[in-house]
Amino acid sequence: MSDENRALQELADSDYKYGFVSDIEADTLPPGLNEETVAFISAKKEEPAWLLDWRMKAYRHWLKMEEPTWAHVGYPPIDYQGVSYYSAPKSPEDGPKSLDEVDPELLATYEKLGIPLHERAALAGIAVDAVFDSVSVATTFKDELSKKGIIFGSFSDSVKEHPDLIRKYLGSVVPQGDNFFAALNSAVFSDGSFCYIPKGVRCPMELSTYFRINAATVGQFERTLLVADEDAYVSYLEGCTAPMRDENQLHAAVVELVALDGAQIKYSTVQNWYPGNKDGVGGIYNFVTKRGKCMNRAKISWTQVETGSAITWKYPSCILQGDDSVGEFYSVAMTANHQQADTGSKMIHIGKNTKSHIISKGISSGKSEQAYRGLVKIQRGATGARNYSQCDSLLLGDQCGAHTFPYIEVKNPSSVVEHEASTSKISEDQLFYCQQRGLSQEDSVSMIVNGFCKEVLKELPMEFAVEAQALLGVSLEGAVG
Amino acid sequence: MLEIKDVHATVGGSEILNGLSLTVNPGEVHAIMGPNGSGKSTLSNVITGRDGYEVTQGSLSFEGKNLLEMPPEIRAREGIFLSFQYPVEIPGVNNTYFLKAALNAKREHHGLEALDAIDFLDLAKEKRELVELDEKLANRNVNEGFSGGEKKRNEIFQMAVLEPKLAILDEVDSGLDIDALRVIAKGINSLRSPERSMILITHYQRLLDYIQPDFIHVLSEGRIVRSGGKELALELEEKGYSWLEKEPAA
Ligand SMILES: Nc1ncnc2c1ncn2[C@@H]1O[C@H](COP(=O)(O)OP(=O)(O)OP(=O)(O)O)[C@@H](O)[C@H]1O
Ligand SMILES: [Mg+2]
Repeated sequence: MSDENRALQELADSDYKYGFVSDIEADTLPPGLNEETVAFISAKKEEPAWLLDWRMKAYRHWLKMEEPTWAHVGYPPIDYQGVSYYSAPKSPEDGPKSLDEVDPELLATYEKLGIPLHERAALAGIAVDAVFDSVSVATTFKDELSKKGIIFGSFSDSVKEHPDLIRKYLGSVVPQGDNFFAALNSAVFSDGSFCYIPKGVRCPMELSTYFRINAATVGQFERTLLVADEDAYVSYLEGCTAPMRDENQLHAAVVELVALDGAQIKYSTVQNWYPGNKDGVGGIYNFVTKRGKCMNRAKISWTQVETGSAITWKYPSCILQGDDSVGEFYSVAMTANHQQADTGSKMIHIGKNTKSHIISKGISSGKSEQAYRGLVKIQRGATGARNYSQCDSLLLGDQCGAHTFPYIEVKNPSSVVEHEASTSKISEDQLFYCQQRGLSQEDSVSMIVNGFCKEVLKELPMEFAVEAQALLGVSLEGAVG
Repeated sequence: MLEIKDVHATVGGSEILNGLSLTVNPGEVHAIMGPNGSGKSTLSNVITGRDGYEVTQGSLSFEGKNLLEMPPEIRAREGIFLSFQYPVEIPGVNNTYFLKAALNAKREHHGLEALDAIDFLDLAKEKRELVELDEKLANRNVNEGFSGGEKKRNEIFQMAVLEPKLAILDEVDSGLDIDALRVIAKGINSLRSPERSMILITHYQRLLDYIQPDFIHVLSEGRIVRSGGKELALELEEKGYSWLEKEPAA
């Protein structure tokens, strides 16, 4: 039996098990979410039975969960039945196969940011795995990577090609029932990326993924799983842009990182989803679960520049399970107009001599609201653990808000936890000083804001840092004046 | 070059300049002295167009153009430079990067091509040597953690790079040790030219020993009460300001 037939057979069996038959010929699912939807997606992806079971377990768990309300954000209730959970290009020929075929609008956005995509991909030696409308296309540099034994590809392909690895690690850091949005993602995730770096291998290039949302009412539920085996190293870049659109869109991604003994993972994100218009209409709801697990001497660094989305709910975290492991979180979040962001990090210290470092820079303008929410938890066995957190907020104008909610739980008296926070405004002195040197007001603000974020921006890989700076500039347009 | 006629200006609702007139021709160096709070820094803020300094009467023109119609950055690009009495720290912004952006904004305004990084670094090196500014300092964040004297030196470095037509130096000598004063004065003197004018605001005769002004004006309660040559500074040093305030305006 061919792989495909086996998958179909498994599907037929499982369909029976769940008491219905899916029409897998359809390209786009009508809005709605039930067990049939979950089975349809799994069938479309030709997934093995264990994965369908895994999804189904998540779905059933999700049904019993309630949407969280503790975040400092407000939005009308989401109609989960009003969302379509699957869409794909009509045929493989319709999807772009090379970067030349990528939507010019997407390229134009990068152009505006000063970094043409083709240049970034080709010249900067970045391998690109782009998710377009739930189907992965345009995978480059795969050969070079595979010579080193590195696996980097779409999640769906990896399920077929490396089922053992996926089965071993999927849900090992973010279990299906972890939280409302993670459970939803686990049930209906469409695609995403999988990456595995073998023992002792240093990934020779920055790996990157671009996400975007296009077809109307298609929520995106990416799943990223990244495993760095013992003493491996990888730097992973994730960047998003979304075209102008009018309707609120749900985006609930899950990212799981596994850093085995001595491994290092650097995960950088530039997030620029459509934030809605200046009156607060439209924009993406971005509810993300990102978490990494560090074994002995391992290190995970999260760096993020968040300028987009109408609502952001995101707390990249590290479980410092192994002794001497290190977790870092560097974040710039910028909100304008009516954007709302509740973001921060969680550092869970379990192993001995574990260290964590949090630097969060929030910039709010217009009528936007921003909250830093952090948790530093030192478990009983985490002797000698250390944490340092610094949260700085910059306010542009007087109608925006910045809030800080640091939670600290210490169960081991030998640990040291330090937290510093500040809130400031761009001073008129600074602005005038820049203008007196000949810089326009906009450039002055952009420069001052970039300076404020410097500690975080310098953690980004070079070419990403340039893009991030440009993005901050573009996002500030009209924020002051 | 700079023509200030009967300017009245208010800050936060109170009138600080009342009927100030001053003409500065190309190449001239004017010193402005006067007691604390007499309006010297206010005058520099009015000339450079700082927000909150409202001109209620009178006129200001620079090379025949009405300054009151220009936002501060345009005045700067047109060639007006202010060395701040209290230079401002901009955390996280590299001094060299900042200055390159400033210079290129000015060049663009004058239809010149932007300098690339290499040409700019050559220029910066040359100017840095002029004011003996440490390279490390030049590459730190703008004024962040600089000592008082280092900040003043950095101001003159910026002036040397931006090559203004009119430089207003507000107490460039305050906080400087003797050696630093000598170095900075040397730098300023080397920037003197028949096309470049300067307004030196100072409390001390000592600066004027190093940089010889063409004119000295005494500002009191928002207007010029006395103008003269170098010798006026010596007289002020001896007698203070009180004798002037009782005399009618010059
Ligand atoms: N923003 C402001 N709001 C209210 N009053 C102001 C403001 N700026 C300046 N003033 C007032 O204007 C007057 C003149 O101040 P200015 O700084 O011009 O004096 P100065 O001659 O430069 O003094 P110094 O020699 O001490 O530097 C002072 O009384 C000062 O308090
Ligand atoms: Mg003053």
